[in-house]
Amino acid sequence: MRPFEYARARDTGDAVARFRAGTMYLGGGTNLVDLMRLGVAEPDYLVDVSRLGADQIEPSGDGLLIGAAVRNSDLAAHPLVREGYPMLARAVLAGASGQVRNMATVGGNLLQRTRCSYFQDVSKPCNKRQPGSGCPAISGDHHSLAILGHSAGLNEAAQCVATHPSDMAVALAALDALVHITGPDGSRVVVMPGLHRLPGDEPDRDTVLRPGDLITAVELPPPLPGRSTYRKVRERASFAFALVSLAAALDVNGDGTVRGCRLALGGVAHVPWRAARAERTLTGAPATAEEFTRAADAELAEAEPLPRNGYKVTLARNLIVATLQELLP
Amino acid sequence: MNRIEGRDKVTGRARYAYEYPADDVAYAYPVQSPVARGTITSFDALGALAMPGVIAVLSSAEPPELGPDASPELALFQGREVAYHGQIVAAIVAETLEAARAAEKELRISYQAEPHDVRLRPDHPGLYAPDHVNPNFPTDTEQGDVTAGLAAAAFSVDATYTTPAMHNNPMEPHAAMAVWDSAGALTIYDSTQGPSADRDTIAQALGLPPERVRVVSPHVGGGFGSKGTTRPHAIVAALAARAAGRPVKVALTRQQMFDVTGYRTPTIQRLRLGADGDGRLTALVHDVVEQSSTLVEFAEQTATPSRVMYAAPALRTTHRLVRLDVPTPSWMRAPGECPGMFALESAIDELAIAAGLDPVELRIRNEPGTEPESGLPFSSRNLVGCLHEGARRFGWEHRDPRPGIRREGRWLIGTGVAASTYPARRRPSQATATVHNGGFVVRIAAADIGTGARTALTRIAAQALDTSADRVRVELGDSALPAASLAGGSMGTSSWGSAVVKACEAMRKDGQTGHADTTEDVNADGGFARHAFGAQFVEVRVDPLTGEVRVPRLLGVFAVGRVIDETLARSQLIGGMTMGLGMALMEETVMDEGSGSFLNHDLAQYHIAACADVQDIDAAWISEEDAHLNPMGAKGIGEIGIVGTAAAVANAVYHATGRRVRDLPITPAKLLD
Repeated sequence: MRPFEYARARDTGDAVARFRAGTMYLGGGTNLVDLMRLGVAEPDYLVDVSRLGADQIEPSGDGLLIGAAVRNSDLAAHPLVREGYPMLARAVLAGASGQVRNMATVGGNLLQRTRCSYFQDVSKPCNKRQPGSGCPAISGDHHSLAILGHSAGLNEAAQCVATHPSDMAVALAALDALVHITGPDGSRVVVMPGLHRLPGDEPDRDTVLRPGDLITAVELPPPLPGRSTYRKVRERASFAFALVSLAAALDVNGDGTVRGCRLALGGVAHVPWRAARAERTLTGAPATAEEFTRAADAELAEAEPLPRNGYKVTLARNLIVATLQELLP
Repeated sequence: MNRIEGRDKVTGRARYAYEYPADDVAYAYPVQSPVARGTITSFDALGALAMPGVIAVLSSAEPPELGPDASPELALFQGREVAYHGQIVAAIVAETLEAARAAEKELRISYQAEPHDVRLRPDHPGLYAPDHVNPNFPTDTEQGDVTAGLAAAAFSVDATYTTPAMHNNPMEPHAAMAVWDSAGALTIYDSTQGPSADRDTIAQALGLPPERVRVVSPHVGGGFGSKGTTRPHAIVAALAARAAGRPVKVALTRQQMFDVTGYRTPTIQRLRLGADGDGRLTALVHDVVEQSSTLVEFAEQTATPSRVMYAAPALRTTHRLVRLDVPTPSWMRAPGECPGMFALESAIDELAIAAGLDPVELRIRNEPGTEPESGLPFSSRNLVGCLHEGARRFGWEHRDPRPGIRREGRWLIGTGVAASTYPARRRPSQATATVHNGGFVVRIAAADIGTGARTALTRIAAQALDTSADRVRVELGDSALPAASLAGGSMGTSSWGSAVVKACEAMRKDGQTGHADTTEDVNADGGFARHAFGAQFVEVRVDPLTGEVRVPRLLGVFAVGRVIDETLARSQLIGGMTMGLGMALMEETVMDEGSGSFLNHDLAQYHIAACADVQDIDAAWISEEDAHLNPMGAKGIGEIGIVGTAAAVANAVYHATGRRVRDLPITPAKLLD
């Protein structure tokens, strides 16, 4: 690990004012400290933003305002979250381990980096870590990597098939959550899943954040009508990243047609993947297995699986259909 | 009786190798090759030496003096050739570990990389028959007419099973502290499964007489085989301490452990079974393909369980090895039996299905009267008893053999069975017993790697002395004690216990002190085939839409002679079964062919079973008397628990889904194909 300076910011303004080239904000440190040990992240200056007072969960209109420093375990256990947003509570509890959730913050969870093996190993090329160096995952081990929206088709210096690892972000993407950001140029709000970006030809950029931007809170719109859940598939029963996960909400009319639905996939793309095409296909259609399958197929028509992760297409389709059936009233 | 050092361990008082204090201690960090094959063309340590706190840099630029017979994996910094990715090519010695690691970036090493070959395949042109397989079994065996036996079969199986590379991951990383005294004698605090052998190997590597080296290792945080042979961290510590003129500590990182502490070779195993109309074997052929490094030949004895398990009038086993540009494989819990029994016990299940027989019944019909390979009588063999008792406890009786027909919600349910086996051997050891302060002290250079050996030996000594355990103190984990064999091959308790009993008996005769050496007793161990057996029963749930496999029930019933300590035995058996569960469903070290390196080299990526994977797990044993083993009548229990588990899971997955997975681990990707 390279030597670095550390400072604890007093408040948001102080944190942003301290930002300079080589600075990284430190929340729970559950990913950043690992990356520093691996030599993947080499900040000169760590500004600790875990004690800015942004550790409360409060009602905001009919929704909720969640401070960026709220610990994952507190978020999942909060009565208003469990009651109004079971999809979110389940997603958070599906991630990491109890110990990690006790440390990890909401802001940090959104900004965690891919767990692609090549990204995490500085002895190997990686366009995300070292732009232009190549992507050995495409010809190597990519069984857990992206099937949607990746840039394997671009030139070698831009290719990236990484996935975003967060479970929480998948639920937030399905919920249209708002991410509150303060930066050197003031404050703004980004609607999920718009915080994250596809790799395109800049795979080193995970998000739309600009230098110095600090996530201060996540705002949840009012709870969705109908039923919702989060399903995560992995070979180990806990403490493993998703092969594929799904945040799903379904609201059915009295006549058996779909009034509304939300679908977001994890483990399939560089971003938490909002399945907007499937949602459009399904809205107004009969809430039946046939229609669920048609919607899933519509979404996955644009999948571009790699030689060793084609199973994820099947898995995502099956997961969408099975989960929506579980959510039928 | 509680584990003797339990309180010390949970309160943090028990000292592990890296935790010993020393004045003026320095730290060494091993630097590894980023190429899988090639030559070091230039080496410039000036920048690293100029870094703050750096004391010395060891490398082949100035080869340190070693003994003439150092094994190739321990002959550090002697040449410029690189045999595998991650091979140790230098070490930086500094005032702190952080300073040593920081200086790595300033070390300039240039390589002439050459094309590497890291992929095991059954048609590799480099495959050959090694002289023997680990440790000294014949490479190939053949008896009877295999061709005729297969041709005459009413039912047959011809299938290929593959197992991936797997890594031991003890909680305590491989670590050592080396201290040279002014007379040139070396003390190494090491994390080892056998202080006597570790001392001898270190002395040989350094070119010292063994009496100039002492290994201290009273507490070891797991090994599973990876600490059974001396690892290069200990040599790095010794060389660095010699160069620095100070005590030096070395601890491998988790990532480094994947490269230099051994691993289970991947295997490709073809099984051909023939059976008559009653399901009795007419032929059994077990052909194995596996790998080693270019540095050292390690040939795992994967087909050896097929020489022991079933009565077959025609029996052939073969091992073929290829030397690749990979790290050297080594022992991982039940080398040989563990991967071999995945293949054999999967194939036996397939044969039972082909023959329309219950898999418990098929095994019973093929029970041999004597050991198939040698013709020797078994000292005791209670596989059938384990199968019966396991079937009774598990509720096997009413099992419907049809696959893919039981469903609970989204889950398909299935059950499976497989047999376990492991040799019951012992090795020569020495011990002393002495009357001391109204009690007794027993000394032996045994190793407690977390198994509870200290506690088991205390009980053995107390029984031999006809006294209570609290009057006996066992001293182990130090090569200055009477020489003893390894904690390995499930031979620890049998070997050490034999010496302890003999020393205690000698002391009772003498009235004050007794010394024992079991070399002659062990050399006289002939005339019988000695093995432990067991049967494992598994229930699995498989979601056919997602490929998720969960194991709600896992039961093992074993016949392991006399059980010395029920708590410790249960913990060993359940530990082995849990490791077997991980092998079945998740453990796999991925070789990245592009770089020639192990890719998923940490515990976030190399998955072992988590608590949530282990639900209702139980180990039991049947009563077994065996007078031909050792004074305790005990068989080793460290390894048999992992043998057969993966096959039982695979057999249950077939029963649940109708899909036969012959390639471990059984992941969602394979079930969704």
